[in-house]
Amino acid sequence: MLVARCLAVCLGLAASINSTAAQELKIGLAAEPSALDPHFHNLTPNNALLSHVFERLVETDAKNKLVPGLAESWNTISDTTWEFKLRKGVKWHDGSPFTADDVVFTFERAPNVPNSPSSFAAMVKGKTVKKIDDHTIQISTAAPYPLMPNDLSNLLIVSKKHGTGAKTEDYNSGKAAIGTGPFKFAEYVPGDRIVFIRNDAYWGNKAQWAKVTMRPIKAGPARVAALLAGDVDLIEDTPTPDIERLKKEPKVELSQTVSRRVIYFHMDQFREVSPFIKAKDGGAIKNPLKDVRVRRALSLAINRDAIVSRVMEGVAIPAGQLLAEGFFGVSPNVKPPKYDPEGAKKLLAEAGFPNGFKMTLHSPNGRYTNDVKIAEAVAQMLTRIGVETSLETLPPAVFFSRASTGANGEPEFSFILVGWGSDTGETSSPLRALLGTFNKEKGSGSANRGRYSNPELDKLIDQALATVDDAKRQATLAKAVEVAMGDVGLIPSHYQINTWAVRKGLSYEARTDEYTLAMSVSARK
Amino acid sequence: MTAFILRRLMQSVIVVVAMSVVVFLGVHVIGNPVYLLINPQADQQEIEATIRALGLDRPIWEQYLYFVRGALIGDLGKSFVFGEPALRVILQRMPATLELAFAALFMAIVIGIPLGLYAGLKPESPFSKIIMAGSILGFSLPTFWVGLMLIMVFAVMLGWLPSTGRGAAATFFGITSSLFTLDGLTHVLLPALNLALLKISLVIRLARAGTRETIHQDYIKFARAKGLSQRRIVGVHLLKNILIPIVTVLGIEFGNLVAFSVVTETIFAWPGMGRLLISSIQTLDRPVIVAYLIIIVLMFVVINLIVDILYSVLDPRVRIGERTQ
Repeated sequence: MLVARCLAVCLGLAASINSTAAQELKIGLAAEPSALDPHFHNLTPNNALLSHVFERLVETDAKNKLVPGLAESWNTISDTTWEFKLRKGVKWHDGSPFTADDVVFTFERAPNVPNSPSSFAAMVKGKTVKKIDDHTIQISTAAPYPLMPNDLSNLLIVSKKHGTGAKTEDYNSGKAAIGTGPFKFAEYVPGDRIVFIRNDAYWGNKAQWAKVTMRPIKAGPARVAALLAGDVDLIEDTPTPDIERLKKEPKVELSQTVSRRVIYFHMDQFREVSPFIKAKDGGAIKNPLKDVRVRRALSLAINRDAIVSRVMEGVAIPAGQLLAEGFFGVSPNVKPPKYDPEGAKKLLAEAGFPNGFKMTLHSPNGRYTNDVKIAEAVAQMLTRIGVETSLETLPPAVFFSRASTGANGEPEFSFILVGWGSDTGETSSPLRALLGTFNKEKGSGSANRGRYSNPELDKLIDQALATVDDAKRQATLAKAVEVAMGDVGLIPSHYQINTWAVRKGLSYEARTDEYTLAMSVSARK
Repeated sequence: MTAFILRRLMQSVIVVVAMSVVVFLGVHVIGNPVYLLINPQADQQEIEATIRALGLDRPIWEQYLYFVRGALIGDLGKSFVFGEPALRVILQRMPATLELAFAALFMAIVIGIPLGLYAGLKPESPFSKIIMAGSILGFSLPTFWVGLMLIMVFAVMLGWLPSTGRGAAATFFGITSSLFTLDGLTHVLLPALNLALLKISLVIRLARAGTRETIHQDYIKFARAKGLSQRRIVGVHLLKNILIPIVTVLGIEFGNLVAFSVVTETIFAWPGMGRLLISSIQTLDRPVIVAYLIIIVLMFVVINLIVDILYSVLDPRVRIGERTQ
């Protein structure tokens, strides 16, 4: 009886909360942000969350196009100098005005946050920022640098007044979390929730929601349940097995877009004998992956359509290059290779492996959507053309250490499944990091775990990164993609699709950068 | 008594030292957290700079000595992930876990003991059979599955209770807890039940076994012969005697509830320490893992101490500190 009465009261309470809270938006996040300091940890969950409170000089829209943010406009005044005109009349949440001093201060603070596990140093490295007047700054570099606006679209601007001397703790407590964004910081309970309230003095379009509560719900099924139960209005990273069912659910709507993340296979191309490749009888053989015909054979043996439709349940797009159609620097001429096991066998025979060989595929377990299932499918597909592939899955903590530096500082594995999300939203990022020759001084090939090296490609990448003219750079990057894919420097599998689920009556403008933003949620009329 | 406690503390220091060495080496062997923490776009120089900044470029023994030096003055290091002192990161999440553990323990006692007593006193009744069958289910169903089912039934289908998260908290006698608000109680009900299910089953079995054994003892018969009411016999003489094993087990189980409620906390998005531990292990956040385990070791020591003291209260024959050979 008591329980029943208690329940009745709760239900009544819940109903009344629902009716008064039409202005409140509750979001279920898949990952927990590690801090509210915008320069502490350069990682998607933090960057997305802090976009509510802080803003950048250059923003990216849902389709990854650069749009004006705190800078109204920008252009190059010489080969090596960019000028940014700052927006006038922008106020920090405490009412003080936003000026060029704040930008200069941000450039000083960003690379120097103590204990940062992933610093923003790269965004400001090699750039000298100069204040011209209160609303004009100039940034110069030693060499022409076309990616200036892209870099700045990853750097949140903080207030000099509140940021001077502020530690990460001061941002977490809210003391220094004073931004210019559409929402103000209200509450942060680590592990539990982050609450924002609307900034009524915002310079741009004011937010629809008076209050936004974000709660990390890491378990996928629990996130879906929270949405179905009405405890949250929006969830990100909807688990792929639930998508078909949610499509039929009348209470829920889905919102999808292609992501800037590609899932691909990296191949050991620097060792004469690769540790995880053996002859069929178990004897040692020369590394076959150094032969482009073998690499092409492996690529042809992968049935990308089957991976997309069966393993990814339709929530992916077959990939033939490093970024999907529509992104800057992709080549219109490179299509996903057609599944052709016979052609693959022929290529293997031509390369001197008519009977194939033995290989181990290493994959992280739980880092990418369905990573293990994809690896299982691909291992079978490769076995079908005679490359007997066994699979070893490892927790990400083990996988990335060993795949990067496991063999005395060199990559340990022969054939791995990995993913790459391009933060700049254009192809120079994956080209340089995954396929550029490994070079510590230059910083190229930083994630080149196959140590692929092609001087022609390196030249094209360098050329593109020195070309400020967008059309010319696009052409050079497309050419570089064609060279890299023609040589099968790596084997792309598919592009992920990001899926958000919202309760009926709301809509979400799906974003390629995987950010979940309250600004992108609107109530349907 | 004092010597007894001192001995216990000495033992726990040895355990803490041994544990910290094992964890340090273990995490070191697994891999380098920097590859998980750093933005993948970072170039080689940034990766090296981060490894240096976190002190991971030093030999492992040097890192350990550095840790010991800090630990001696109460500094267990800063979390790699959060950049805040590991101890603070853990303590921030402790109240939520304690709440959940107390709620689950409470359920285990108020549901488990009466049902176990009943099953022990009336072993042949159909209701007892149902209780015992139920306790087998409670033992054998996996926690994550039960958790999801509870959410599906009570939150999604019936809509009676919230699916995940912790409710609003209120402060009472200087303690801030979500157990003091109605919203908080509705939030804690499902995860606590999920967590308590196994403990309830355990208590039922212990209470039943104890009852079956005790009910035939001479002193119970004597009490009956004296004409004491059934209520007094069961409520005082029987209950007091079966409580000893139950207190022992619940003490240890409470420790487990606090330390390792990882699955429940993850499924119900409960902002507690268990979820912190699992994500710290996933990201190899060594300072948090080590600090967490140190806290847990100390907690178990204290719980065992309390259990020993409770014994002497429940059973006058037990006297702590006296070793009569």
